[in-house]
Amino acid sequence: MPAPIRLRELIRTIRTARTQAEEREMIQKECAAIRSSFREEDNTYRCRNVAKLLYMHMLGYPAHFGQLECLKLIASQKFTDKRIGYLGAMLLLDERQDVHLLMTNCIKNDLNHSTQYVQGLALCTLGCMGSSEMCRDLAGEVEKLLKTSNSYLRKKAALCAVHVIRKVPELMEMFLPATKNLLSEKNHGVLHTSVVLLTEMCERSPDMLAHFRKLVPQLVRILKNLIMSGYSPEHDVSGISDPFLQVRILRLLRILGKSDDDSSEAMNDILAQVATNTETSKNVGNAILYETVLTIMDIKSESGLRVLAINILGRFLLNNDKNIRYVALTSLLKTVQTDHNAVQRHRSTIVDCLKDLDVSIKRRAMELSFALVNGNNIRGMMKELLYFLDSCDPEFKADCASGVFLAAEKYAPSKRWHIDTIMRVLTTAGSYVRDDSVPNLIQLITNSVEMHAYTVQRLYKALLDDISQQPLVQVASWCIGEYGDLLVSGQCEEEEPIQVTEDEVLDVLEGLLVSNLSTPVTRGYALTAIMKLSTRFSSVNRIKKVVSIYGSSIDVELQQRAVEYNALFKKYDHMRPALLERMPIMEKTATNGPTEIVQTNGETEPSVVESKHLPPVTHSCISQSFDYLLLLTLCLGIPPMTAYNKNGLKIDFTFERANPNPNIAVITIHASNSTEADMTDFVFQAAVPKTFQLQLLSPSSNVVPALNQGTVTQVIRVLNPQKQQLRMRIKLTYTLKGSAVQDLAEVNNFPPQSWQ
Amino acid sequence: MHFLYPMCCFNSLLNLTCQNQNNYIQDHLKSALFDAFCLTADVFNRPLCSLISLFFHFFSSFQMQFMLLFSRQGKLRLQKWYVPLSDKEKKKITRELVQTVLARKPKMCSFLEWRDLKIVYKRYASLYFCCAIEDQDNELITLEIIHRYVELLDKYFGSVCELDIIFNFEKAYFILDEFLLGGEAQETSKKNVLKAIEQADLLQEEAETPRSVLEEIGLT
Repeated sequence: MPAPIRLRELIRTIRTARTQAEEREMIQKECAAIRSSFREEDNTYRCRNVAKLLYMHMLGYPAHFGQLECLKLIASQKFTDKRIGYLGAMLLLDERQDVHLLMTNCIKNDLNHSTQYVQGLALCTLGCMGSSEMCRDLAGEVEKLLKTSNSYLRKKAALCAVHVIRKVPELMEMFLPATKNLLSEKNHGVLHTSVVLLTEMCERSPDMLAHFRKLVPQLVRILKNLIMSGYSPEHDVSGISDPFLQVRILRLLRILGKSDDDSSEAMNDILAQVATNTETSKNVGNAILYETVLTIMDIKSESGLRVLAINILGRFLLNNDKNIRYVALTSLLKTVQTDHNAVQRHRSTIVDCLKDLDVSIKRRAMELSFALVNGNNIRGMMKELLYFLDSCDPEFKADCASGVFLAAEKYAPSKRWHIDTIMRVLTTAGSYVRDDSVPNLIQLITNSVEMHAYTVQRLYKALLDDISQQPLVQVASWCIGEYGDLLVSGQCEEEEPIQVTEDEVLDVLEGLLVSNLSTPVTRGYALTAIMKLSTRFSSVNRIKKVVSIYGSSIDVELQQRAVEYNALFKKYDHMRPALLERMPIMEKTATNGPTEIVQTNGETEPSVVESKHLPPVTHSCISQSFDYLLLLTLCLGIPPMTAYNKNGLKIDFTFERANPNPNIAVITIHASNSTEADMTDFVFQAAVPKTFQLQLLSPSSNVVPALNQGTVTQVIRVLNPQKQQLRMRIKLTYTLKGSAVQDLAEVNNFPPQSWQ
Repeated sequence: MHFLYPMCCFNSLLNLTCQNQNNYIQDHLKSALFDAFCLTADVFNRPLCSLISLFFHFFSSFQMQFMLLFSRQGKLRLQKWYVPLSDKEKKKITRELVQTVLARKPKMCSFLEWRDLKIVYKRYASLYFCCAIEDQDNELITLEIIHRYVELLDKYFGSVCELDIIFNFEKAYFILDEFLLGGEAQETSKKNVLKAIEQADLLQEEAETPRSVLEEIGLT
């Protein structure tokens, strides 16, 4: 059997493949050779074969048949074998594999090996991908190595311990003794990994955190030495001594100083020192400054220090390096809540970042801009934000539009400005506006009574230009339906009124109905708008014609509406004006804004986050059948009546038409008691003429509370197939103040709709 | 209404994952959550996204989750994963991330938000070095970590180029494993890392030499 080809040879060969198919063929051939070699238990070339397998695995080909071979390599005595074996294990034998646990014994042995590089391999593998069971088994060995004087092993053991703690948090305690003098090490590697270990422990356990607070002075000292010491070639990066260690110490200080006054006090000086002395010309210096700023903002630092931190961020914003600007915007977003005024000072720079070419920076700048909007800067900020909305990528438009609406609602200096802003958003980003904005906008417009004429005129003009943006079209249709009369009569005060006839308006609305661009929801709006105009315009016949055409529309929603509206013309014409009346001013509900944009007003009033979240179901109902529902419930509703009112007992009847059988009237009785005592053992009985059938369902209770504090309800179903006039005889029995009361009565005043 | 139902399901999945001590089941649940996360991330269903992003907090809040090296054509040259994921998941992440990073224009910043992670990437010649870090991590220092790794490769191979990493990928891994462990830097001195690698290489040579000599003589 010829020796298997070398790794480099294989790589060279595979790279000559010109097509994917050719490559696959080569790989398959080689895999077959490797497989047979594995079967023969060839020790000599196992290492080479596994290495080749790992290369092919990286290209994306399956390599699971090499898993056991990796185990054999790890168990081998040769260092080369172990090196490749452990590499293979880290690539192929993660904790999800069944054979993963078989590594445990080998790793255990290697952790105690005489050669530190072998121990290192074992620690590395365990620390990168050891499963919880493995960590449990080997934690003791790791703990032992954590106490060794060999710094090469100690640093690896520390990071391995971090992994063990992440996997098996209960084992954290056992590493506590070993941490005693970790920080007195001179070796930077050990120092760095020790700080990482301490950070992990403090994050996971408040007890540990309290315990390690005493290390603050020592950490401050180490940091000070790093800054003040002269040039150290071994750890220098662009003139800064061991930036990795500095950053890690700063992070640990952050965790230790958080919500602790004494610790925060102890680190104030060093933080100020780092903040002012660090070289900012290169990324590495800025990395340290960034970490410092994060620490200052998180601990209980004095206000001077906080201002210093925000000013650093402000300087970052002006840095040429995009990365620095990005990081500054992210941090400012985190601090805008707590240090609002300080951040406001950098508002113009932040707004400039809206024009940046980088997508991530633009997004951050947008979020931050919205957070900075307040009553004082609303006009200027909105101008910038609307300009941004015009030119930004589609992925931003929805969030930006929502943000604009929210901000406008909170800080609009005038109603006209508010409407104008909304118009601007609808016309520039109309298709990206969230669905739930439509009902909110409609509500807003309804409540701005004096702006109705102006609004409908502007919306009409917008419709003439463009009917593709559905939210715009929906709002516009709704408005035209409501205020079409103002449009035609040319009553606009805010701007030059346009001359438009009823027919032109109806043309536009009908155009929406037939256009391919309109969604079914939009068509619904348009049809309803046309219907409403029947009470506002004089060309009723035209409207009747349109409505009747859509009575046979394929779209079920449209068809239903049209049929109902037809019925409105025919049977319920007397109700039509009342039903199609102008909408009254609606009660203000909280707006449903995007969750990630935080609103503060940054002024002396306490900042109240106004975004209450209404369940999405309600909004979808509203947006789809906003006025339609209102119309129809009124249409089919039958007014309630009082059936009986004597001696303090009042019984009201309310009606519903039972679907699907229109011959059944569903009556709900509501019994209320205005006397001073409760009426107990209350029983309601009813009898109807022979042509009817009656079904009495169980009452809600048999106690009618005194002083109208509650009602007893009961449902009666009456079948009236011959559509005769409904009459009923009722019998009431109850006990009041100890004495039994009984009464009979006739109910003849049923409204005609209940039995017709 | 449409996203509330899956939300409740995933809530229960999450609870199950929290309560269940059995690692095997945990991993299956994590895998299911991850797949769901991928689905919802595509649909950009933010509430569901953020709920499932809690899944990632099973891993700690300061950690490098993985490092990928790939060429401008999208060919993977090195992959180091510090979190347990199935092969399928790794392939999916790799594919999507590579696409996303390659689509970035040259002047854009080195950071991007991807799913629930922060991606820090930098291009050196024809290779992209890409790290995924968590929410609390410092992006700027991660850039320095990447730079340090490149310097180590450069020193080791002498003016490193992509071919060196292709033909000596195992050495690239060895160097990485001497610099980082579990996603954290274990040694901040360039010199010490290179010294360790040097010693290990020597050890490897010593182990191999006897065999090759014997082979030359003709004795196996």
